[in-house]
Amino acid sequence: MSTALVGLALLMGLVTYPSRALPMLAPGLDRLPPLLLAYLRLVGPAVLAALAAVAVAVVLDADRNPSFHVGVEWLAVAACVLIVIRWRNLLAGLVAGALLVAVLRAAGIVPLP
Amino acid sequence: MAASAAASSTTTAAELRASRRRLVGDSLGIIVSASGFGLVLGLAYRAAGFSPIEVGAMGVFVFAGAAQFAAVGYVVGGLSWLGIILLTAFLNSRHFLYAAALAPYFAGASRPVRAVAAHLLTDEAFALAIAHFRRIGRLDTWGYFWGAFVATFIPWNVATIVGSLVGGQIPDPSRFGLDIVFPCAMAGLAVGLITGRREVVAAITGAVVAVAVSLAWDPAAGILAGGLIGPLAGLAMPGPKGADEPPLSPMPLGGEDER
Repeated sequence: MSTALVGLALLMGLVTYPSRALPMLAPGLDRLPPLLLAYLRLVGPAVLAALAAVAVAVVLDADRNPSFHVGVEWLAVAACVLIVIRWRNLLAGLVAGALLVAVLRAAGIVPLP
Repeated sequence: MAASAAASSTTTAAELRASRRRLVGDSLGIIVSASGFGLVLGLAYRAAGFSPIEVGAMGVFVFAGAAQFAAVGYVVGGLSWLGIILLTAFLNSRHFLYAAALAPYFAGASRPVRAVAAHLLTDEAFALAIAHFRRIGRLDTWGYFWGAFVATFIPWNVATIVGSLVGGQIPDPSRFGLDIVFPCAMAGLAVGLITGRREVVAAITGAVVAVAVSLAWDPAAGILAGGLIGPLAGLAMPGPKGADEPPLSPMPLGGEDER
């Protein structure tokens, strides 16, 4: 059984860890200035919205060239967001979004990705 | 005085339990999503000729979905290890933002806890943790490791290895709409973090900037740019102490019964 890529995995982990750990392990975390704390408080909504938007609006071709995408995924995310706003239940939103996409694909109304 | 302290303690414990219930409920979708795409990644590993040990090493040491998916393509394409490592560092640089946002909550935690928590920090772990911590206003180590380890690390790695072993007997998760669970979860959790105008502006700006930069350059850069610039736009809005703070209430997730 090959283990040739275990070293690569270890090196990939080593270069990933600093970005995850440096802010967590840096001293003085309890003495951050208020403006920086206010900024960090906004990172959550901004980065989660960025992840969602890129996941549904940007597709990559085989050569990793990005292009703008409009599809049923937008409807699914909108349905999930509306359910979260109305009923404050994320799981119900996820189920609704997945069901919407699955049904439309099964019916042949939209193609599989 | 003692009765007051006891009542306060009871309230805090009740709030913690309620928030943990929401966390567990929110994490169910993450478990399904991580499992589905772990299987797909496992299939990709199998097709690329990775051994189960190499698959396990990728999951345990790297533990970053996008970088792991990209690495399959890089290895198959014959990219040098140096190139793969540099691209991995770039792809995963967004974790710096997550760690910075969570760091104030971890200020009182021991260094070993922070060191382990950092390794388990992913998109999903961040989304679940930041929502949970914001609800309770402090760190909950149990809650963090539930989201990062139980709901993400275990299903992701088990599914990846199973996918690499079982191969083509696995149906395509997108047939069941599972490919939409990740963006839905991220959007839903973002909405749950919105407590005022600043968060709304930060989220919208983050999304717009992320898509624009992704199209102009690369999705990894787009997400990083959205996460950096969105909060700046949010800060430009009046703060929560201003008289014109919008009447938006915090939006806990998990069902109306706990409002």
